[in-house]
Amino acid sequence: METLIVILVGILISIGTYLILSKQLLRIVLGASIVGHAVNLLLITSGGLKTGSAPLLGEKVAGFTDSIPQALILTAIVINFAVTALVLVLCYRAYQSFGTDDMEQLRGNEQ
Amino acid sequence: MTIFYTFIFLPLISAMLVPLLYKYFNRIVHTGWFVLLVPSSIFVYLLQYIPGVAAGDTYKYTLSWIPSLDMNIVSYVDGLSLLFGLLISGVGTLVIIYSIFYMSKVREALHNFYIYLLMFMGAMLGLVFSDHLLVLYGFWELTSVSSFLLISYWYERKSSRQGALKALLITVLGGFGMLAGFIMLIMMADTYSIREMIANLDVIQSHALFIPAMLCILLGAFTKSAQFPFGIWLPDAMEAPTPVSSYLHSATMVKAGIYLVARMTPIFGGSSVWFWLVAGIGIITMLYGSLTALRQTDLKAMLAYSTISQLGLIMCLLGVGSLAVYFGPGESGTIFTVATFAALFHLFNHSTFKGSLFMVVGIIDHETGRRDIRYLGGLMQVMPVTFTIALIGGLSMAGLPPFNGFLSKEMFFAAVNDVSQTGIFGLSSIGILFPIIAWVASIFTFVYCMIFVFKTFGGQYRPEKLTRKVHEAPWGMLFSPALLALLVIFIFFFPNVLGKYILTPALTAILPMMPMSPYDLKISAWHGLNMELVMTIGVIVVGLLLFKTTKQWIQTMRSYPQKLTLNHWYNQGLSGTERLSVSLTNRYMTGSLRHYLIYIFSFFVIVLISSLLLLHGLQFDFASNAAISIFDAGLVLGMVIAAGTVLFAGNRIVAIVALGALGYMVSMFFVIFRAPDLALTQMVVETVTTVLFLLCFYHLPKLTKSIERIPFKLTNLVISIAMGLTVTLLALSANGHKLFEPISSFFENAFELAGAKNIVNAILVDFRGFDTMLEISVLVIAGLGVYVFIHQRSKRREQNEIE
Repeated sequence: METLIVILVGILISIGTYLILSKQLLRIVLGASIVGHAVNLLLITSGGLKTGSAPLLGEKVAGFTDSIPQALILTAIVINFAVTALVLVLCYRAYQSFGTDDMEQLRGNEQ
Repeated sequence: MTIFYTFIFLPLISAMLVPLLYKYFNRIVHTGWFVLLVPSSIFVYLLQYIPGVAAGDTYKYTLSWIPSLDMNIVSYVDGLSLLFGLLISGVGTLVIIYSIFYMSKVREALHNFYIYLLMFMGAMLGLVFSDHLLVLYGFWELTSVSSFLLISYWYERKSSRQGALKALLITVLGGFGMLAGFIMLIMMADTYSIREMIANLDVIQSHALFIPAMLCILLGAFTKSAQFPFGIWLPDAMEAPTPVSSYLHSATMVKAGIYLVARMTPIFGGSSVWFWLVAGIGIITMLYGSLTALRQTDLKAMLAYSTISQLGLIMCLLGVGSLAVYFGPGESGTIFTVATFAALFHLFNHSTFKGSLFMVVGIIDHETGRRDIRYLGGLMQVMPVTFTIALIGGLSMAGLPPFNGFLSKEMFFAAVNDVSQTGIFGLSSIGILFPIIAWVASIFTFVYCMIFVFKTFGGQYRPEKLTRKVHEAPWGMLFSPALLALLVIFIFFFPNVLGKYILTPALTAILPMMPMSPYDLKISAWHGLNMELVMTIGVIVVGLLLFKTTKQWIQTMRSYPQKLTLNHWYNQGLSGTERLSVSLTNRYMTGSLRHYLIYIFSFFVIVLISSLLLLHGLQFDFASNAAISIFDAGLVLGMVIAAGTVLFAGNRIVAIVALGALGYMVSMFFVIFRAPDLALTQMVVETVTTVLFLLCFYHLPKLTKSIERIPFKLTNLVISIAMGLTVTLLALSANGHKLFEPISSFFENAFELAGAKNIVNAILVDFRGFDTMLEISVLVIAGLGVYVFIHQRSKRREQNEIE
């Protein structure tokens, strides 16, 4: 299972990277979101998968899954959301100011 | 001890007072009169060391600076530093008197001038008295900086700025080399003190860094003292006011390199590399300087090249003198000790006559408005006193009796004759070159001295070519050069006074291992009919012949192609380096985000993959893998399809919806992986994000909903696959390397410790509550950011409407 998820993560990272390398601002944001998902999956895989029940003490079971990665991912999701929201507004503003969403046209140093 | 430092730092302290004096008193009194007190009092103070130092005493002073690092201002007064100290303060006094009459009280920014000059004086004094190598380096760079400021004193002129920049680049390059050499020396000897290094010679001379340290230190000395091929900054430094040229670029700063070579002779002397570099470069510089001086028409440039040539002569003598270390006490050793003595003697003489010659040029410039010998002539009748001084200085430089230059030139010829007869260091075969080059260079020196004196003062007086009405200079301007000229004659008649009290102690400092008997070091004007005298007569005869026929050959000299000069190569090199760096930077700093990301990703992949391979970290362990159910496989497949859709979608909305689908599938994974809180959050966040995406692009009306298909780029594909592969390999290897048990079992006590049954929530708000607090801050900041972005836009629109 872990191997399968890691391979999935690899595929998602590849797709995300390809999108980030494109020149459209929207694709870059999409790519960054995909990479974000991939990293979250990688985090939860690092704690081992399906080793016990959900980390709720009410359950009368022998073992729980690792709770630390879950707490970390929860933080990561929220931060990822905040950053995505900000970047989206930034894209929106950039488009309004410069009239383009093409990264090649948004170069700083005109030669 | 404190009195000594008061005097050494007096120039630096008084530099701070100059602006005040200038502001309140300059309208009444020329600021220079106040400044005059500084060097003159230092000179008088240093005079009292002469009896003690002449008797063989040395004085050591320590001023605590950073004691924990063993960085203290250690000063050492011996013959060599006293000789330099007297030169600096003595010539400094005369130069300031001269500058009072040369620099206009009304037109010039005198406070700047005297601050820079005092800074330089303080740095130079600190330099020659330092025993601590790093402190010496500090003062060394301060001389470079203050010289830079002085050369660009008339900063509104382009040539001044360029000359200053050139001088700074070359001398600081050498300074850095010297610093490296000093650090090597310090490492070898394990001390900062020059004195302790000399006491510990065996360790240094057998060390592997001996030669590198020597080369680095010589680089510093050669750049500062304008030796071949680093001398090109000196003629350009002539853009400085004439008192500065006279002080820095003839009498003091350019001799800092000479001082360093002399100081280091006990450490490096006796090695063949040292001898060949110092003596060889010195004699080449002498020839180069005298040849190039002949080509100049500007008097100051001529004197600059003549300074280069004379510095080469002194450097050559120091190189020859270092053979005394090789031979040690004995007859041969004594012969070469005399060469070092001659170096010191000529160093002193050069300061006297060159200082006065520069001042003479300043007077001519000041009174006629011209410095070019093609416009000058016949000034003898109008400026008789200036002419007399120029004649004395010029003939002394040419090496004629009865002037001090004659004595030191005779000693120079004696030294090069001696060295050609020594069989060591491969001298038996090419040693004969030394006297030949020295003789030829002396002829050229003679010729340009003649040109300097007689093309300016002799010939026809043509007042129509001059910009001002010519008359004799005021007495104040004539005072300093006249005093120096008197000194030139005085030293010729009484050389042994100087020799006994000043030069012999300096010699003891350079060659501490040699027994000095005063008998060997008597300077005499007449020592029989010998080779040296024949050479001098030859110089005069051939020189006069060449001078008489100047018109026939001088045009050939001046038409020497500009493209073959060192200056041309320097300029080419400088602009070439600039072009290279501009084109190099433009090649990779393209401004394209994609290119920068490619660099970052490639670096990431290369570093991680190579370290994985090199450190044998590529090990997989699949033993602890959980089983794969049909749901898992289906979800993985679905996610790959969703991500692929995002990649290949031709429609904005499709891409956004596919991304949403991907997010929901991630939340399903969280369900399968027993993470209910995560699944909940992921679901909510994904929904809001999708809405945001849609909102954002709904408000971009000009953009069509469709986007062009993502263009295929092989580079992007390769880097993306490499990135995915790197992450996969790293994650797999990490899974195979579980080093210890996780600490999660501690958090299973959540109920006992925190009263919570949900472990994840307990971690978030109790065990690791700080993370959550800061995460909330992130949300707040992002929210504020979003608000500001949108609000600011509407405000600007209002402003535009008003406009």
